[in-house]
Amino acid sequence: MSRYVLRRLLQLVPVFIGTTFLIYLLVWSIPGNPFAGMCGERPCPDSFIAMMTDKYNLDDSIFVQYFKYMGNLLTGDFGETFSGLDVGELISLRYPVSVRLALVAVAIEAVIGLVAGIVTGLRGRGFLDNLVLVSTLFLIALPTFVTGFVIQILLGFQWEIMTPTVSSEATWSELIIPGFVLGSLSMAYVSRLTRTSIAENKRSDFIRTARAKGLPPSRITWVHLLRNSLIPVITFLGTDIGTLMGGAIVTEGIFGINGIGRLVYDGILSKEGVVVTGVVVLLVLVFLVVNLIIDLLYAVLDPRIRYD
Amino acid sequence: MTDPTTAAAGTTATQDSQSYVVVPEHIEDAVKTGRPRSLASDAWRDLRRRPLFIIAGVVILLLVVVAVFPGWFTSADPNLKDLAHTREPPSADAWFGYDLQGRDVYARVIYGTRWSLLVGVGAAVLTVLLGSVLGILAGFAGGWVDGLLSRVGEIFFGLPFVLGAIVILTLFRNAGVGGAVPIVGVVVLSLAVLSWPVAMRIMRSAAIAAKQQDYVKAARALGARPARIVFRHLLPNCLAPVLVYATIALGAFIGAEATLSFLGIGLRDPAVSWGVMIADSRNFVRVAPHMLLFPAGFLTVTVLAFVMLGDAVREALDPKLR
Amino acid sequence: MTMSSGEAGLLSEPPLLEVDGLFVEFRTRDGVARVLNGVSYTVDAGETLAVLGESGSGKSVTAQAIMGILDVPPAVVTGGEIRYRGENLLAASEERRTEVRAQGIAMIFQDALSALNPVFTVGFQIEEQLRVRLGMTRKEARARAVELLDLVRIPHATRRVRQYPHEFSGGMRQRAMIAMSLALDPDVLIADEPTTALDVTVQAQIMDLLAEIQAERRMGLILITHDLGVVAEVADRISVMYAGRIVEHADAPSLYRRPGHPYTAALMDSLPRLDLKGAELNTIKGLPPSLLNIPPGCPFHPRCLMAQDLCRTDVPTGHRLGLGRTSACHFAEELVRSV
Repeated sequence: MSRYVLRRLLQLVPVFIGTTFLIYLLVWSIPGNPFAGMCGERPCPDSFIAMMTDKYNLDDSIFVQYFKYMGNLLTGDFGETFSGLDVGELISLRYPVSVRLALVAVAIEAVIGLVAGIVTGLRGRGFLDNLVLVSTLFLIALPTFVTGFVIQILLGFQWEIMTPTVSSEATWSELIIPGFVLGSLSMAYVSRLTRTSIAENKRSDFIRTARAKGLPPSRITWVHLLRNSLIPVITFLGTDIGTLMGGAIVTEGIFGINGIGRLVYDGILSKEGVVVTGVVVLLVLVFLVVNLIIDLLYAVLDPRIRYD
Repeated sequence: MTDPTTAAAGTTATQDSQSYVVVPEHIEDAVKTGRPRSLASDAWRDLRRRPLFIIAGVVILLLVVVAVFPGWFTSADPNLKDLAHTREPPSADAWFGYDLQGRDVYARVIYGTRWSLLVGVGAAVLTVLLGSVLGILAGFAGGWVDGLLSRVGEIFFGLPFVLGAIVILTLFRNAGVGGAVPIVGVVVLSLAVLSWPVAMRIMRSAAIAAKQQDYVKAARALGARPARIVFRHLLPNCLAPVLVYATIALGAFIGAEATLSFLGIGLRDPAVSWGVMIADSRNFVRVAPHMLLFPAGFLTVTVLAFVMLGDAVREALDPKLR
Repeated sequence: MTMSSGEAGLLSEPPLLEVDGLFVEFRTRDGVARVLNGVSYTVDAGETLAVLGESGSGKSVTAQAIMGILDVPPAVVTGGEIRYRGENLLAASEERRTEVRAQGIAMIFQDALSALNPVFTVGFQIEEQLRVRLGMTRKEARARAVELLDLVRIPHATRRVRQYPHEFSGGMRQRAMIAMSLALDPDVLIADEPTTALDVTVQAQIMDLLAEIQAERRMGLILITHDLGVVAEVADRISVMYAGRIVEHADAPSLYRRPGHPYTAALMDSLPRLDLKGAELNTIKGLPPSLLNIPPGCPFHPRCLMAQDLCRTDVPTGHRLGLGRTSACHFAEELVRSV
């Protein structure tokens, strides 16, 4: 098993380098003047340009630039914005908010999705089943921004149940509704996945054997059926954490959450390349690591999968 | 045994009872039409009977007609601004009312259909093409080719979707891309670039599974050239999962385009997009809800139709559910 | 309408397990399939009954009906009784039926890999019955599980007990399933095609094991199979099924020497024989009837080489052919005499 982990970690490195280099390329090799608009209406003075060029290694080839940048990153130096703010600090301020949001989203989607999926999977065809199928279909079809928008308008403006935007502290309770919006799509997937998994496993041979063994029906359902059916669902939830932490730009934008998504969005628009690359590198790393952990978790959950 | 007369009678009895010697459906069909049933014709037959498929199909057909012939549905000009009518609610003249700049919302929604569908179809086709080619290549060739392509796929897969899209689109915008068609092209391109790894993965696992089937081994043993194996044997069997993906992805892409336009980096004037319309309505929802309702409604219905279609296709193509 | 296999009345005790005139229907979208049409057979302690038939003849459905694990919609029991030690299980409460499962009548299945739960160890799956139904402690259950694995000749039982089903070979998995079925000391064991998925050599080992265990515990063994070869060595009595009916009951030697039903005879004929090497294989023309639409009269008549007008109209009931032998054929006597 440890050899597998090692191998995966080694595989992770080229992918990490590839993705981050790609982003670096996209952000920093923009044709045109990267400093446009920074000096107001007039073109920037040469001294400014020279200083900036030196600071950001713009004279070097893109590869060298990249390596120097990554080198700095690995020592914790995320660089500075053009206006001199420390990017590392900015990220450490904003990232926890996004993480909290992602966790709330996953918690909500897990609870609602699992309950809906288990109930409909066990019950089979019926009113509840159709209700869940139709509503999940809607949730899958609605883009997040529409869901977010509509909920914000209904709950925030019309009925005034919640404040339409989130305060700067972004407490857990404030993040519940945005979390719901963020997780709405995945919630639909979780409930469908659970439902299908349970419905399929219900008819399986090992459940028939469990019945033939005269085990009480509750044990058959809650020990045998669920243990098998939840494997794909749990792995999905795990990868979803990684995906959601990848920035909920839209949700953060709609609800005014000061998370990493907003940071990077503003950074892109204002061409703060350092911010963008810094954030993306972090997000990619988190994503890759979370995926690796989930793969290992999968082996724990399903004994048939044993990596060597 | 018994005497010949009994035997003769036995034959008659057997012949009369031939109908009870049941011939399974599919053999019967082949006898009638001379063609064996295939998964595709099975699936088609199944699909025709599903209400979900019929509804979705009709809606999509209607949308395609709207997209191709918007003039049939409205005579108004979607880009004509008349500030006198700003934010007016629906009326007999303008069924969906007017937006902030006095443009006919109904007309804009109708014309927006074309752009949205274009992006959806374009992105889906490009993604599937790219992903399929690479996926089959990786799955069939195996070895270092597979390793390389899979790593490349992972690299692109690691890019957060919305983030990556914003970066790419901003790149093109800063490079000065303008005009309706190029904008659409850029959006389609960025969607495809970020989504092809998923299609590749699907195709690849289907190809690997198909490669291990006995009929492929038999073809190889008979000396069939790789190209023939790929086209005659692998492709038909890998088509099903990709088809399902493509249909659902189409809906997702339309939603994604709306999201990007909503963020301000997707389609923009002169290309009318439902996403832009929704974004425009943001500050006026309480006074002019029609500005949000209709584009959002059309968007939802469209995406829903494609997702429903994909769902129905998946159920029809799944041999386990027979 | 029913045929019984034993000669009741000679013994004062009822048979250990008796299926009496069982009718089962499956309600499907395409109609009602009459899956079992008056099935009757019995098993006594220490005796092996083989239930022989093609796929779709209803042999597994009968077994599942005995165990009470049919999927109740769409399956419906529409008639008959299933008596275990004289008690009609079909009239019993669900609690009683659950009680009987595995403790009175146990069942093992064809494919041990899919029949065992893949995410639990073999030990867990054996022990849970002991803990849940007999109230044993974990230590006691573990000890007993190891004993059972030893009993079925699985080497290194203490290690194996902590392994998962996929870590066992096919034959060993089947042994593990047998061990699991014996955990609560059942009186009757139903083995549904226990060796079909195994290699021939392993088949023999498993059949020997079953025979041994049965002898030791004086269990009744119902062996469900389509394989005439497997049956010959092990069975005391044989019931042949076709289209949801028993067409013949006989003791094993008599059945093989002189089949009493055209279907049985045709089955025997279709066995490949070494001394007829190079000749074309005999088959039974046609296919079993769709259970949605069973022909009137004798269900076998469309494929029967001896069929006459009578066969098309009248359903044959059991014809006594001697002690413990019956055959559902109008011309059973002639068939037996002619061979």
